[in-house]
Amino acid sequence: MLILMSWLREQVPGLPPARAVADALIRAGFEVEGVEAVGQGLTGVVVGEVLAIEEVAAKKKSVRWCQVRVAAPAAADPAVSDQDAGVRGVICGAFNFAVGDRIAVALPGAVLPGGFEITARKTYGHVSDGMICSASELGIGEDHDGIMVLPPGAPLGAHVAELLDLADDVLDIAITPDRGYALSIRGIAREAATAFGLSYADADGSVDSTDAGGAARAGAGGVADAGAGYPVTVEDTTACDRYVARVITGVDPAAATPLRWARRLSLSGMRPISAAVDVTNVIMLGLGQPLHAFDRAKLSGAIVVRRARAGERLLTLDGVDRTLDPEDLVIADDSGPIALAGVMGGASTEISASTTDIVLEAAHFDPIVVARGARRHRLFSEASRRFERGVDPALPPAAAQAAIRLFTELAGGRAEPGLTDVDHRRAPSAIRFPLSEPTRLGGRLYSDESVRGRLTDVGCLLEDDGADEGAVLVTPPSWRPDLTRPADLVEEVMRLEGYDTIPVTLPRLPAGRGLTPSQRHVRAVARALAYEGLTEVMTLPFVGAGTADLLGLPDNDRRRAAVRIANPIAEDAAYLRTTLLPGLFDAAARNIGRGDPDIALFEIGQVFREPREPARPVPTPSVLTRPSQDEVAALDAALPEQPRRVAGVLAGLREPATVLPGHAVAGSAGGGALAKGRPADWADAVEAAHAAARAVGVELTATADEHAPWHPGRCAALWVDGELVGHAGELHPRVIGAAGLPPRTVAFELGLEELFAAALRRGPVEAPVVSPYPPADRDVALVVEAAIPVTEVTAALREGAGELLESLTLFDVFEGAQIGAGRRSLAFGLRLRAIDRTLTAEEANGIRDAAVAEATRRTGAALRA
Amino acid sequence: MTETMTDPQPAAAGGPLDPASLEAAVAEALAALAAAADLTDLAAVRAAHVDGRSAALVLARQKLGSLPREDRADAGRRLNDALGAVRDAHATRLAELTAERDARVLVEERVDVTMPTRRRHAGARHPLAVLSERLVDTFVAMGYEVAEGPEVEHDWFNFEALNFYPDHPARSEHDTLFVEPAGTGRVLRTHTSPVQVRALLSRPLPVYVVAPGRTYRNDTVDATHSPVFGQLECLAVDEGITMADLRGTLEVFAAELFGTGLTTRLRPSYFPFTEPSAELDVQCFNCRGESARQPCRVCSDEGWIEAGGCGMVDPNVLRAAGIDATRYSGFAFGMGLERAAMMRHGVREIRDFVDGDVRFSLPFGIEG
Ligand SMILES: [Zn+2]
Repeated sequence: MLILMSWLREQVPGLPPARAVADALIRAGFEVEGVEAVGQGLTGVVVGEVLAIEEVAAKKKSVRWCQVRVAAPAAADPAVSDQDAGVRGVICGAFNFAVGDRIAVALPGAVLPGGFEITARKTYGHVSDGMICSASELGIGEDHDGIMVLPPGAPLGAHVAELLDLADDVLDIAITPDRGYALSIRGIAREAATAFGLSYADADGSVDSTDAGGAARAGAGGVADAGAGYPVTVEDTTACDRYVARVITGVDPAAATPLRWARRLSLSGMRPISAAVDVTNVIMLGLGQPLHAFDRAKLSGAIVVRRARAGERLLTLDGVDRTLDPEDLVIADDSGPIALAGVMGGASTEISASTTDIVLEAAHFDPIVVARGARRHRLFSEASRRFERGVDPALPPAAAQAAIRLFTELAGGRAEPGLTDVDHRRAPSAIRFPLSEPTRLGGRLYSDESVRGRLTDVGCLLEDDGADEGAVLVTPPSWRPDLTRPADLVEEVMRLEGYDTIPVTLPRLPAGRGLTPSQRHVRAVARALAYEGLTEVMTLPFVGAGTADLLGLPDNDRRRAAVRIANPIAEDAAYLRTTLLPGLFDAAARNIGRGDPDIALFEIGQVFREPREPARPVPTPSVLTRPSQDEVAALDAALPEQPRRVAGVLAGLREPATVLPGHAVAGSAGGGALAKGRPADWADAVEAAHAAARAVGVELTATADEHAPWHPGRCAALWVDGELVGHAGELHPRVIGAAGLPPRTVAFELGLEELFAAALRRGPVEAPVVSPYPPADRDVALVVEAAIPVTEVTAALREGAGELLESLTLFDVFEGAQIGAGRRSLAFGLRLRAIDRTLTAEEANGIRDAAVAEATRRTGAALRA
Repeated sequence: MTETMTDPQPAAAGGPLDPASLEAAVAEALAALAAAADLTDLAAVRAAHVDGRSAALVLARQKLGSLPREDRADAGRRLNDALGAVRDAHATRLAELTAERDARVLVEERVDVTMPTRRRHAGARHPLAVLSERLVDTFVAMGYEVAEGPEVEHDWFNFEALNFYPDHPARSEHDTLFVEPAGTGRVLRTHTSPVQVRALLSRPLPVYVVAPGRTYRNDTVDATHSPVFGQLECLAVDEGITMADLRGTLEVFAAELFGTGLTTRLRPSYFPFTEPSAELDVQCFNCRGESARQPCRVCSDEGWIEAGGCGMVDPNVLRAAGIDATRYSGFAFGMGLERAAMMRHGVREIRDFVDGDVRFSLPFGIEG
């Protein structure tokens, strides 16, 4: 909302400079986003009179060589020549003025808005000693006919800036949706007056905020006294609880809007169009009441306010032919709909350059009806903006009367005596308000006096509550439909007293329990992976329909149960991720594309999977009471599964090229030996998964698996307590190709819920007993079928060795002709130790033999000869 | 020694044990020890002059038994003196040469410690995660607990229970991402405020929670917009909670986010789920409100940074959670993490948070 300070000052005399007004409004809750000074520094532009005009023919267009007098003739001294009296020649391209007109002349040295400096210059064979200005050149409006012609009485030589009172300030205010009344000079004037304790006369004295008696003026059946005013029938009196119509005749269709009003409209962000249209806009800006002017000659029959009928159409003023919805509230006459109520008028009854008789509508429409209509037709107008936020239902008669006054003044119209006022307003209801409520919620004392005073400032009527001395009955003013509860009144008191008067205290909290285990665990996992050299990303969770195919997921995979967005930002990203990998692939490809081939990324976040049972609509619980547990459970059951997961992707070098230690001496000829770096492989992905699990005290077990999108021969399923937690390994080459990733890219993904559940099951760590005795180390080399996983062999060795086995290390894997095809040799080191003695050689050998025997029994392992 | 030399010893004259011979052997040994250049030399000198079989003093010792009895004591004493002198000299030289060798080896083993030492790529947390945890910790330290909620949320939690009237613009497709199938009331939560409702329904009073999380709006990614963004929500519902408590809590929060000594300002505003409502402005940490004197990029010369929306929990929200609004009151506060991070760290484009470019995150490190 653009608020012109000069207009505001008219309503509230004595306001301080614009900046101070802006600050006070901000303090009262009106977000002033800008204070723009207009028409400032406009000097050297004076009133001149055209004395003579001479046409100068030029190549493409002709111009005029004008003699203008820019100073009053020195009457006292007739001897002084014209030249001395300030007559100068000016070239002008416009033709809309004649000899004798008074115009605005920018003299050499004048600076126009935008920093445009005027100099005398030679053009069209003359020296143009200044410039005749248009309204836009002066920054005060738009051009219609070219040069701005001033009233004949404008004193010669007077400064135009002073004459027209051009210096002004425009406040740009963002109005919150609960404060429709502030979309007007009237509403802001009340706030500004309150802020500075100034007296304030409502913009129209005839507006009685508590005028509930108006209903008596309309017939109970909603049909106005047709003899008194234009006939109006309101069929839907809930959607339109007030409809005022006035008839104005004898309007001069050629009347131009005076500069003063045109300027106000322009600076308020509205284009001056014609006197008739401009009058309705001036009233809307000033009072906040949207008006609509119908060309009476084009109306056929009575005006009816009703819902649209199926199949009805309306050509709106913006030139769009619209199919109406039965929910649309329309203004209709015998011809059908002629306006979308509260949103926009129709072309068939539009006032035109020949309109002389007008039916003026000043109505009050239901905010939600207008909001829905505007949204349904994607048609957002100044009128709908105001009705949506609430217009004062007491305004229509006063606004219509104010418009008539302005019509008469500007375009010579005359109001017919009749007034149609179909009034179905509900009587305002009072709020019982404990005077102590602001103090209870504000944390400071608000005296009864200040509470009463502030509510009165707002426009409320206060009555004592006979039953309770500490409470008042508050009737909010008609323009504040947002005030319905004590809390709303508390805000009014607090904001007008100033939020800055509220003290600073802290609540006294009971002892908190800190982070939950799983909240700590998320952090631990994230930190562990970062310390492992992975960088955390937070990618957009939207994926396309083809993502599951790109990953090569089987048909029955849960990761195909993607949640679809009804109104996606992009059709190719209409689904929510079911796995974190696609986002990581994109981020990896982006980094690689930007020149970093060594990638190690991870992400922690929710994924979304539709439950196996399709989601069904759930009855929405009331908000008037606490919902039952069943109701809440039903709401939750309608939601997708949203488990948290962690995933990572690695490509390029896992260990960077580096200088080997001990070989690099500064200045020595040998220099440093460079290690080439080590590419990431499947084991890095598995190890990253282990690092994440170890961060929460969980040791994962790997088994071979074939699981998309991983390489079928290089994919580990990761388990804990017999439950599958996730997968890790090298990605499938086809997936790598489709995702644009480098060959051999590896990845892992774990379910955090499963991991954290396992961590919770762990309980406190039981400390080991540390033996002070020396260990006995025994090495064994076992030949096994190559297909047998190492974990099976190690499990057998552990089992066979028993509790004296302290650790088991695989230190060599060998395949070759000596071993035989399809077999491999695994060399293990067994460290044996007892807590209470040094093991004898015999004991140690016995344990080793038992371990090997168990491995042989379970896996067919043979001691390597 | 000089005296000994001039003292006539006729009995031993001319033998290896006579004073002159011993003196000569000692002198020769000392000269050789002094001349040894390194430990290898010294080992050879030791064999030749100190305890080797052919060393003069070793040979002299073998002659001791053949001396007449009356001469043996004197000769023995002279021999021991001579041996002692040579052994001491050897020990001294050995220490010298060992020290020399050790010093040389250490010099030879010198490396260039300014060579790159990184054996592993660096990792980093996401700056929003780090900031979120930091702010959460501030509240947890005050006694708040962390509440959580789903990102695909039911309309009832996201709007209805938060007092959004049915036609509120935020409930339109223009602003909110809806989840199919239509009519199931599922939306991508537009703010973390539904966690308020969940916390009030699932926890006993009083409730003091902070809720960080991801939220969604129907926006395309550009420099200043993202369809996904982080929020942090704070809710306190107890007996006697006031707007003054909100102000105090906000000051703690602002100090943690932007530094101490900055003033805060509450501007009346409107949110469906708070009444009274306010916008929180924090004095610009860069120009400290002095932007009038010098242009400020951080606050665009406003002198203030908009840090979030807040207010007293609307009685309708309390009612939807079954809480008696005449007995209990509460405040709520919500802020955008991206915006805060952009201010705090001078991030130019919001898309940097979702692009996943490692170069953007690395400088933030792991602990922030
Ligand atoms: Zn600043």
